[in-house]
Amino acid sequence: MHDIHVIDPVSRIEGHAKITLHLDGEGQVEDARFHITEFRGFEEFCRGRLLAEMPGLTARTCGICPVSHLLASAKATEQVMAVRIPPAATRLRRMANLGQIVQSHSLSFFHLSAPDLLLGMESDPARRNVFGLMQAEPDVVRQGIGLRRYGQEVIAAVTGQRIHGTGIVAGGVAEPLTTDARDTLRAGLDEALAAARNTLELSFGLLDRFAEELETFGTFPSMYLAHGRPDGLWEHYDGTLTVIDADGGVIAAGLDPADYREVLGEAASSDSYLKVPYWKAALRDDDPRTAMYRVGPLARINIAERFGTPLADAGLAALRERVGRIASSSFLYHHARVLEVLAGLELIGELLDHPEITDTHVRAHAEPNLRRGVGASEAPRGTLFHDYEVDANGVVTGVNLVIATGQNELAMNRTIRDIAARYVTGPELTDGMLNRIEAGIRSYDPCLSCSTHALGQMPMVVELVDQEGVTIDERRRT
Amino acid sequence: MSPREPRATVPVTIDGQEVDAVEGETILSLARRVGVPIPTLCYLDGLSVHGGCRLCSVEVDGDPRLRLACATPVWQDMDIRTSTWDLQEHRRRIIELLFAEGNHICATCVSSGACELQDLAATNRVDHIHYELSYADEGVDASHPKYVLDRDRCVKCTRCVRVCAEVEGASVWEIAERGGGSRLVAEMDVPWGEASSCTWCGKCVLVCPTGALSFKGRGVGEMRHDAEVVAFLSRARNEGEWVNRTDEEVPS
Ligand code: SF4
Ligand code: FES
Repeated sequence: MHDIHVIDPVSRIEGHAKITLHLDGEGQVEDARFHITEFRGFEEFCRGRLLAEMPGLTARTCGICPVSHLLASAKATEQVMAVRIPPAATRLRRMANLGQIVQSHSLSFFHLSAPDLLLGMESDPARRNVFGLMQAEPDVVRQGIGLRRYGQEVIAAVTGQRIHGTGIVAGGVAEPLTTDARDTLRAGLDEALAAARNTLELSFGLLDRFAEELETFGTFPSMYLAHGRPDGLWEHYDGTLTVIDADGGVIAAGLDPADYREVLGEAASSDSYLKVPYWKAALRDDDPRTAMYRVGPLARINIAERFGTPLADAGLAALRERVGRIASSSFLYHHARVLEVLAGLELIGELLDHPEITDTHVRAHAEPNLRRGVGASEAPRGTLFHDYEVDANGVVTGVNLVIATGQNELAMNRTIRDIAARYVTGPELTDGMLNRIEAGIRSYDPCLSCSTHALGQMPMVVELVDQEGVTIDERRRT
Repeated sequence: MSPREPRATVPVTIDGQEVDAVEGETILSLARRVGVPIPTLCYLDGLSVHGGCRLCSVEVDGDPRLRLACATPVWQDMDIRTSTWDLQEHRRRIIELLFAEGNHICATCVSSGACELQDLAATNRVDHIHYELSYADEGVDASHPKYVLDRDRCVKCTRCVRVCAEVEGASVWEIAERGGGSRLVAEMDVPWGEASSCTWCGKCVLVCPTGALSFKGRGVGEMRHDAEVVAFLSRARNEGEWVNRTDEEVPS
């Protein structure tokens, strides 16, 4: 009988998860699965509600990246209404999304991953957390906290301090940016930029220290999908999709996100609540793993030629000098996040300086004019799709969400398998080994409650299944 | 009777405070005039008294029953208590029952931040619901081009019924059935969009205390009501006082 190690729970990942390692007869890792076991019912919850309520409703799918859902949802409602929103609203939304990228990436890098990266994966687990890091590297942590706060301030300036912060609405944004808010953000920008530059330097240094991880953390060929622009600039909010192959060759460009169903398949997974998207055209032998693509920071920096801002572009050039044009190791998700934080801040600066950023015309009004609409944008973790169908009265009759973490599931499984194959050599799982696997997953920064559209969390169930598919053990955590 | 003609007063005690009440006025009107807060829900200035929610219940010395402040005229030497522990508990139970009966999820409601039920829960310190929730799920009536009815958020205060009948004169709304099965219906229970008597005036939407009636196109937390419109209209009609409301916020 094959041995199966179950690592439970994956700490420091927002949400709950289960991992199963399947060993072959020789005790070698044969397969790895990252299971999502949360309740899913979000689509049900939205059916029967009014179109205009969708941004506010879907933002509550996920406390982790509500701004991303607000944006994708609002864009979907505008497709249904068939309206274009005022330019000032677009600018404010872009700014909010950049704020979200800055705050989310800062959380991922400093709070969740830096303990491993700076203290070492073999270090004392009791101290390998943000508190231990605070003692060892107080300046680093302080900069991380400052960056995250700045991102949150940008979001708050756009979405407002309303009870539920739903300032991004169908047709635009609810309130214009005040000159006070603009000036406050402007005043805090230089400090944030300085922190981001320091972080980039720090992160670049880590590439040498973690040369081995660079090789083993999900270094495999895959396709990449993200929003892309004809001029090659990095895009995070709007436009069309680009898909490239493992070497950077363009597979598709100028794809309308509304056509996602034509190009993306969604495989049901028996041991996960996530639907597993894959690139249809690449599917071989009905195995979605043959059609795997990655989304998120790594995909975005691979697809973009450049950011279009000086500091981040210098950082991107240095990275390419080091690893080549295409960054294929999932370990580089971390560095890609740091680059995006820096670019995000530079672009926020440009938006704040735009003469019409405080323009008061920020909302378009319209009735539902079409029966279906798809909205897509780049969440911090990757491309997010909201797809709504409505009836003649504007009542939602169908909802489909395609979420970054779901799109990265195949790559996460592959990453876990590769890491495990290298570090799991006997029947004993050491702490450093387990933590490496966890760190491999963490490089994707999965947002589990979000990716499974959870209303709440079900107690975790850990199952051991033998090769015949028979459950040989089960543990429950309440 | 002209409103400016002086009316006789009677001595009354309210929460230990001795005050002069105007003969014939209700306990609620007295309390508001002297600054004693009494929670209300179905009552609305400018509409007839319904006396259905019972949130305004007060104790009167020597009277074994609770009295409705909105519907009970004062009498000489009346001794009123408005916020004893029993009354506070009584009100909390009523509010909890309203929450349990409908489907009130503030985080996803258009009226969050401008909802009288939400305010009542906050000011009466209702922090959890002791009753089994019904998870009402009747769905929305979005058949009207301008407005939406979500019956799962209706507290059956009948404000919309009264404003439509008494102020607009259209009588679109009625409460059908009784007790737990009662529900707000348009005309003979037709979809709102098919109610030919509806004049699209929107007064029902303005006076609704919850998210049950809202303007179409409003997102979560974006609905703003304006129940004062009724007091304004009744003042204007009855007293010829067309007070300019430009200093108040009038929802678009
Ligand atoms: S719809 Fe609103 S105003 Fe009408 S009875 Fe229900 S809660 Fe009262
Ligand atoms: S306010 Fe008096 S019974 Fe409703």
